[in-house]
Amino acid sequence: MTPVQTADQIFVLLDQWLVSHSPLILQPLVAAALPVVAILGLFPGLFALTTVLERKGLGRIQNRIGPNRTGPLGILQPLADGVKSLTKEDIVPYAADKIVNFIAPVFLVIVVFLTFAVLPIGRNMVLANLDSGVLYFFAIGAATELSVFMAGWSSRNKYALLGAMRAVAQMISYEVPLLLSATCAVMTAGSLSTVAIVAQQGGFTGIFPHWYVFTPWGFAAFLLFMIAALAESNRSPFDMPEGESEIIAGYFIEYSGFKFALFFLGEYLGMFAISGMGITLFLGGWGAPFSFLDFVPSYLWFFIKLFVLISVFIWIRGTLPRLRTDQLMDFAWKFMLPMALIVLVDAGLWRWLAPGAARWAITTLIVLVPYIVLGRAVGSGKIEKRSYRYAS
Amino acid sequence: MNFALPAFFAALSIAGAVAALSLRNLVHCALALVLAFAGLGGLYVALGAQFAGLAQILVYSGAVAILIVFAVLLVRERDEEQRHPIRWSNSLSGIAVAVLVFIAIARILTSDSSLHRAAPAAPSATIRDIGTMMMGADILPLEIIGLLLTAAMLGAVILALRERNAVKS
Repeated sequence: MTPVQTADQIFVLLDQWLVSHSPLILQPLVAAALPVVAILGLFPGLFALTTVLERKGLGRIQNRIGPNRTGPLGILQPLADGVKSLTKEDIVPYAADKIVNFIAPVFLVIVVFLTFAVLPIGRNMVLANLDSGVLYFFAIGAATELSVFMAGWSSRNKYALLGAMRAVAQMISYEVPLLLSATCAVMTAGSLSTVAIVAQQGGFTGIFPHWYVFTPWGFAAFLLFMIAALAESNRSPFDMPEGESEIIAGYFIEYSGFKFALFFLGEYLGMFAISGMGITLFLGGWGAPFSFLDFVPSYLWFFIKLFVLISVFIWIRGTLPRLRTDQLMDFAWKFMLPMALIVLVDAGLWRWLAPGAARWAITTLIVLVPYIVLGRAVGSGKIEKRSYRYAS
Repeated sequence: MNFALPAFFAALSIAGAVAALSLRNLVHCALALVLAFAGLGGLYVALGAQFAGLAQILVYSGAVAILIVFAVLLVRERDEEQRHPIRWSNSLSGIAVAVLVFIAIARILTSDSSLHRAAPAAPSATIRDIGTMMMGADILPLEIIGLLLTAAMLGAVILALRERNAVKS
């Protein structure tokens, strides 16, 4: 193997070496458990890094320095957070439903970890190459709403229940555009297997890759998918269910200590998982963005793309104001759902028309015109010139 | 065929269903029902029907469960957890009916005619084949299902509209 290939496949080779050097009886167990342990170690580590990035990033956007006490540039802040959440008193309300109260965060984390199984992190690096990987991802991901409901209901708290109902309504509403935009990519790739979808986006014309995001329908579908992903993980500007200034953390108001940390972990891991799925479906998975950059290992590309997407999420969180619940639901049902249907038709047209400039023109028009028309129709009406008020 | 995995999921489903019947708290029953749905989904996957199993989990535990839970929440009586004493005669008659049904099904399944018929070849249940059939030979059922779902959605919208008009006037 060439050095480039070895660097690319280093984790696969490491896995095979470890399996072959373990006792014969334990080999199936080791072979099954090793990738799982890798995922269990890697993504929470990424979560720790992301919390620092988020707090520093948000701090800088809001014109302040983020955490800077623990370690240089606040790098060791996740350690401090972990110790704090482990040692805080675990308060369970007297009237709360103890079993469901306990199960809710655990269920969330389990379900979110399960969804990592079908994400291809690199060449030959997927935990379970299911024939219906995308369907598995969304089926398991739909169970997160249950955990949100369980958390809100078991607290026996009106605000928690209200937050939970709002969160579940929001998640259900945004699941429709999420699935429809994912269906566009699946339709074009011709397979539900995540590995096959990434392989389909692997070619290059000249130096440009065949990623679906570089097609008109793919771009629109990617935007829809990312907005729906933001809403699914209850992140700003869709974080009405957990708004700190609205209903004071909504459905996990009665959670403290490590269970709260588990909810936090589950939310961020869900963000990673759905970004990973967006990368797989639209951004070419572990593929390089230019053909001459092919020598960089595939897993590095996946994590670079994941990092870019997470940074964009953090950027959006710091910039946009929170949407009200009715604005949120309007946006989902009146704008995103029609757009998702139109993009689906567009994706079908893309496959049906012959390659060429005409195909590009037609598909771009079909996406652009409804976007402008729907945007004007659903919005509040006039678009005024923005006015700024500066301190004198 | 390996029976351990389907047996495990079947046991899970039954456990969930029994819990859904016997728990006192209504929301606990709904959550146990979700476990039963998930067990069924796992059963389908273990028997080789991947699409059916995953669709079961997506639709049932993801959507129908939420629907049931919302319905339970919004239609609750003042004093929840009413303790109705369970009379032993009820349990006895229930068990008797269950045993009779089991005997009837077992007799039918192990009767001569069904044992001597050759088992048909298992149809290919890959998603590609399901998709090809749905878009080709079985397109009429697909369109009818689409019509049904549209009718259901329209019905829900009309009901909500009527309620909103009633609130306004």
